Amino acid sequence: MQDIVDQLAHAIREAAARRTPLRIRGGGTKDFYGGPLQGELLETHAYSGIVDYDPTELVLVARAGTRLTEIDALLGRNGQMLSFEPPHFGDAATLGGCIAAGLSGPRRPHVGAARDLVLGVRMLDGNGADLRFGGQVMKNVAGYDVSRLMAGALGTLGMLLEISIKTLPLPRTALTLRREHDAAHAIELMNAWAAKPLPITATCHLDNQLYARLEGAEPAVRAAREKLGGEEIADGGEFWARVREQRVDFFEGAPVLWRLSIKSTTAALPLAGRQLIEWNGAQRWLAADADASQVRAAAAQAGGHATLFRGGDKRVGVFQPLAPSLFKIHRRLKESFDPHGILNVGRLYSNF
Amino acid sequence: MSTVIESVPVDFARQRDVAAALRAFMPPESVLFEREDVQPYECDGLSAYRQVPMVVALPDSEEQIQRILQTCHAKRVPVVARGAGTGLSGGALPLGNGVLLSLAKLMQILEIDASARIARVQPGVRNLAVTQAAAAYGLYYAPDPSSQIACTIGGNVAENSGGVHCLKYGLTVHNVLRIRALTIEGEIVEFGSDGLDAAGYDLLALMTGSEGMLAVITEVTVKLLPDPECAQVVMAAFDDVEKAGAAVAGIIAAGIIPAGLEMMDQAATLAVEQFVHAGYPTDVAAMLLCESDGVQEEVVDEVRRVEEIMEAKGAILIRVSQSDSERLKFWAGRKAAFPAVGRISPDYYCMDGTIPRKRIAEVLRRIAELERKYGLRCANVFHAGDGNLHPLILYDANKPDELERTEAFGSEILQLCIEVGGTITGEHGIGVEKINQMCVQFPAAELEAFHAVKRAFDEDGLLNPGKAVPTLARCAEFGRRHVHAGQEKFPDLPRF
Repeated sequence: MQDIVDQLAHAIREAAARRTPLRIRGGGTKDFYGGPLQGELLETHAYSGIVDYDPTELVLVARAGTRLTEIDALLGRNGQMLSFEPPHFGDAATLGGCIAAGLSGPRRPHVGAARDLVLGVRMLDGNGADLRFGGQVMKNVAGYDVSRLMAGALGTLGMLLEISIKTLPLPRTALTLRREHDAAHAIELMNAWAAKPLPITATCHLDNQLYARLEGAEPAVRAAREKLGGEEIADGGEFWARVREQRVDFFEGAPVLWRLSIKSTTAALPLAGRQLIEWNGAQRWLAADADASQVRAAAAQAGGHATLFRGGDKRVGVFQPLAPSLFKIHRRLKESFDPHGILNVGRLYSNF
Repeated sequence: MSTVIESVPVDFARQRDVAAALRAFMPPESVLFEREDVQPYECDGLSAYRQVPMVVALPDSEEQIQRILQTCHAKRVPVVARGAGTGLSGGALPLGNGVLLSLAKLMQILEIDASARIARVQPGVRNLAVTQAAAAYGLYYAPDPSSQIACTIGGNVAENSGGVHCLKYGLTVHNVLRIRALTIEGEIVEFGSDGLDAAGYDLLALMTGSEGMLAVITEVTVKLLPDPECAQVVMAAFDDVEKAGAAVAGIIAAGIIPAGLEMMDQAATLAVEQFVHAGYPTDVAAMLLCESDGVQEEVVDEVRRVEEIMEAKGAILIRVSQSDSERLKFWAGRKAAFPAVGRISPDYYCMDGTIPRKRIAEVLRRIAELERKYGLRCANVFHAGDGNLHPLILYDANKPDELERTEAFGSEILQLCIEVGGTITGEHGIGVEKINQMCVQFPAAELEAFHAVKRAFDEDGLLNPGKAVPTLARCAEFGRRHVHAGQEKFPDLPRF
């Protein structure tokens, strides 16, 4: 396997010498996400496989090119899971791409995001140097938390080689409730429930229905079901998978999709277009080819930010522009990890 | 430890100049430089390292902090930020040529938004004060470092503090949503958002645990969680450390993530029982405390399963708390472990490594060997659930070489942690204390990457310089001494 790392490092050094942009790619399932693609392909799929996994340690170490389906299957056989429920967006999705994109699914507000579960990384920086940060233990404050920095950096700071990630036990029982509510009432309820000790692990408002997933010990789930009321849906697991993978009708018919990450209690957004609400109100999807500045102003007003998640005109910038003081730090970090400016250029912000 | 920082002679002209510049916009009582005024700031919770700061500044607003930083940046004066000074790794050790920036006066809880379950606080607010203020809404702030009655949120963010409950509820990094801070140049920066993520790089993660080296925190927004409906603790005793370690692994293997899972060895158990009479058996090799919290039905179910596992793994005594007061009594022992050890020994040195859980028994055995090697006793207290160990080395500073032996003992424990795949600090930070061991844990390229991260925030290296990340020159020096010492000891022993 080291020979593959050497080849990848060599490719990065060559590109650095020639100042040729590289486009790091795992399974290519998230090619749609982030700024326009540019550069020569540098693929991770050859560097795949699980390096270490001991269920009692709650840690899995795998190479970046390992498919999420392979990881899910292994964890499932051992009664565990990637608790942040990463969206795959296709069978080819890899762990490296999953962490680089930093996207999380329905359980995010309850157990944390991709970045919360990352314990360590091995990576190649823009000089082709082989670096390791973090480790395989739950608590580690030696040095800056560079491994979490890589989550969501879209490969602009380095090519992920290996990732160690915290795993969690699968819930023993799960059921999903549905109640009819408008958006305003649903947002209120999601937040009120989240302030109570209830075993809720996902919420979603879609087509005037509020969905809530209950998980845990069977008696606890049953008791919570009595408290919350509503109708139990038959295919809860499938429902949340479709929400996560954006396969519910809401997404299917949305050529342009915005994601707003905002304060959970924000009232239903007065933006034109259909909306789907998740994460107790902290994640709102907007299916509309809306005016970027209007969407971003609404997100900022609500204490958060907006991303042009899929489709649309990427020239407006995919991610919310940063304040100058913050952007300065970003630029300097980019320059130190990728001094020749060759890694996934333009994927996060157009000017680096 | 013994390596007290060499006292830097005070440059009186510079001291007067800096103090005068700060007093131009701050009241005189908020800018201290007389020896007797600045002496109380000479150390943090790691009192073996002491250095009197040149000037102490006590701002009471973000605007004052901004002007202090602008002034120091312009005059190239290094700045060390400090919360309550309870840190255990010397992260807030002052500099003899620098300004000690105390954030203690910024102690307002600015907002509690109960429906959004967030609190916005100033950095000098005490950890426990957040939970107390949130209690009226049935909410609390989860990270609970043992010093929570005194330590501040700003310090918690700087050190990424943990606590007994972080196995289930996460560290500080998992419980902070937004940080407002000032760069050394005096620019306001905001990391994170009121949502669950932010645009751009995850600088919130980078800031958390950065030991005051990247920016000065002026405001923190934290997550609040609902109070659990109930909690119960299972206490189990074992006649063999190995069995206790197996019980820890067994609980995790059964798919249980307890709210807390703590372990104490015989020395710690004995010291604690004599001190607080928590009802622990004293003739056992190891004790486990396993807490379940949540809704009633979940707790009942989990406690039953934990009891079964403890029994299956050979516990010789199992007790389950039957009331909240009994639960608190069980915890009182664990929480008093450090002072209890302080009672049986003139001095003790608290270590903080993290190891993979499966190596617990092995590491305890190796620590016992080191006790014999150094002729010193060691009591072990663990956050067993996440493999974070706190060996407490007992020594007497008045005996001529005990401090040196303690330091060497501690250093070997840290290297043992690295060897078994762990880390030299789980929650106390590097500070000045473990800076040499950073050279063992990280190769030069990674250390250089850390320095580059610092430069991205603080080009001139004025914020808390000399902490957390060693220079390569320092590592080269440490490496020489280290190898040299290794060659002197047992040169004939095979190493593999």
